[in-house]
Amino acid sequence: MDTEVAVIGGGLVGMSIAYGLQGLGRQVTVFDEGDRAFRASWGNFGLVWVQGKGVNMPDYARWTRLSASLWAEFADELREEAGVDVELRQPGGLDIYLTEPEAEAGIQRLESIRKDLGGDYPFEYLDNNALRKLVPEIGPKVAGATYGPEDGHVNPHYLLRALYAAFQRNGGRIENGRRVTRIEPSSAGFRIENDKERQAEKVVLCSGLGNARLAPMVGLEAPVEPLRGQVLICERVKPFLKYPTGQIRQVGEGAVQIGDSMESVGFNDDSTPQVISKIAHRAVQIYPLLAKLRIVRSWGSLRVMSPDGHPIYDQSTACPGASLVTCHSGVTLAAVHAKVLVAWIAGSKEPDCLEGFSAKRFELRQVA
Amino acid sequence: MPNDSSFARLPDRPAVPVTIYFEDRPVVACEGDTVAAALLAAGHDMTRTTAVSGAERGPFCMMGICFDCLLEIDGEANRQGCMVDVRDGMRVRAMSGARQLAGAGHG
Repeated sequence: MDTEVAVIGGGLVGMSIAYGLQGLGRQVTVFDEGDRAFRASWGNFGLVWVQGKGVNMPDYARWTRLSASLWAEFADELREEAGVDVELRQPGGLDIYLTEPEAEAGIQRLESIRKDLGGDYPFEYLDNNALRKLVPEIGPKVAGATYGPEDGHVNPHYLLRALYAAFQRNGGRIENGRRVTRIEPSSAGFRIENDKERQAEKVVLCSGLGNARLAPMVGLEAPVEPLRGQVLICERVKPFLKYPTGQIRQVGEGAVQIGDSMESVGFNDDSTPQVISKIAHRAVQIYPLLAKLRIVRSWGSLRVMSPDGHPIYDQSTACPGASLVTCHSGVTLAAVHAKVLVAWIAGSKEPDCLEGFSAKRFELRQVA
Repeated sequence: MPNDSSFARLPDRPAVPVTIYFEDRPVVACEGDTVAAALLAAGHDMTRTTAVSGAERGPFCMMGICFDCLLEIDGEANRQGCMVDVRDGMRVRAMSGARQLAGAGHG
């Protein structure tokens, strides 16, 4: 036996799970494809975001809020375990609407979640005047914003570094640079091929878009597709933006990060001038003073999207010992993955709130 | 142009002198120099402090990639000194940490 638990995928999802399982006393090896992989963990926006998550799926809203509430302690723990400050700030966040219809749709979305949660879902709408008091830099054309007090952001690169460092410091092993090509049940549990051959008692699939290929090997399904987002990074400036928005945030070290696209273009993570200029244009309408900032780089990255945009958590009945974790929000959910989800993966009873997250929900919809 | 720079000018280039000002002190450069090259040739190898740790930095890659030659040039902050040609009378200042974005309150 090479390892007790094999985690397939060394991005934010895989490393959060690996780190959490290790905390439960499991001996864990991470199998990571390496730098050729499409890495949402490198390209993502870094939000710890509650607002708007869980429309028509209240358990996802609850799960997201649970993670947001665990984040402060999680960040402290990582600072201690890894010596890395992940730059967590949770002052609340703004979803900004340029037009009245956009604002109405946004408010309606949040109100439907609030109703599903029996009223326990904090947010407030700020019109342009109210918003200007909170954020003097806001543009005159902005209709308003919803403020969610639980929202925040981190530096996702420091988060990945912290998880690696803490995991390795506590004796975790990582096999980088070789793609897992095959997983099959064996007498000991699972045989994993990545040029070499490894044996593990349990296996957890955390390989983002790669889960679509790997899941059927252990009797599971992961119908995830890439959804591209493009991101701009501006030069570093002195801190001036306190509140992150869904599109614009100032990172801990001063750079302003802007991202605002959703494109179904397959496995293509290029950035394109047309989309970049649209993103920049919208950003300047939100904060006109950004027009004076230089853009120093841009990139495209692929979100990992399930058909309804919500996470998939599953355990295989055909191949007991195999679990699957996939989501679009690897940053937001890192805390709840590392602190709560791992107990279920390690063998505890499934928490009630997770029942609806199986990929079986997509089959049922097809029948209906 | 005697100074303590470790850079020497090539002898086969015509040298048309141009004067720029670094921190209000005249620096004699040559037409066709970039600002970063002119400062290095004049012995100024510390031209900014970083935004994160305040460490001292100077021009490094000279081809627009490393952003270590950031300077305030004619009042405009965070310009890449290696990407801007000298012009007679140009006013250049070291960048001290992050730029202040004009019009921004303090978040």
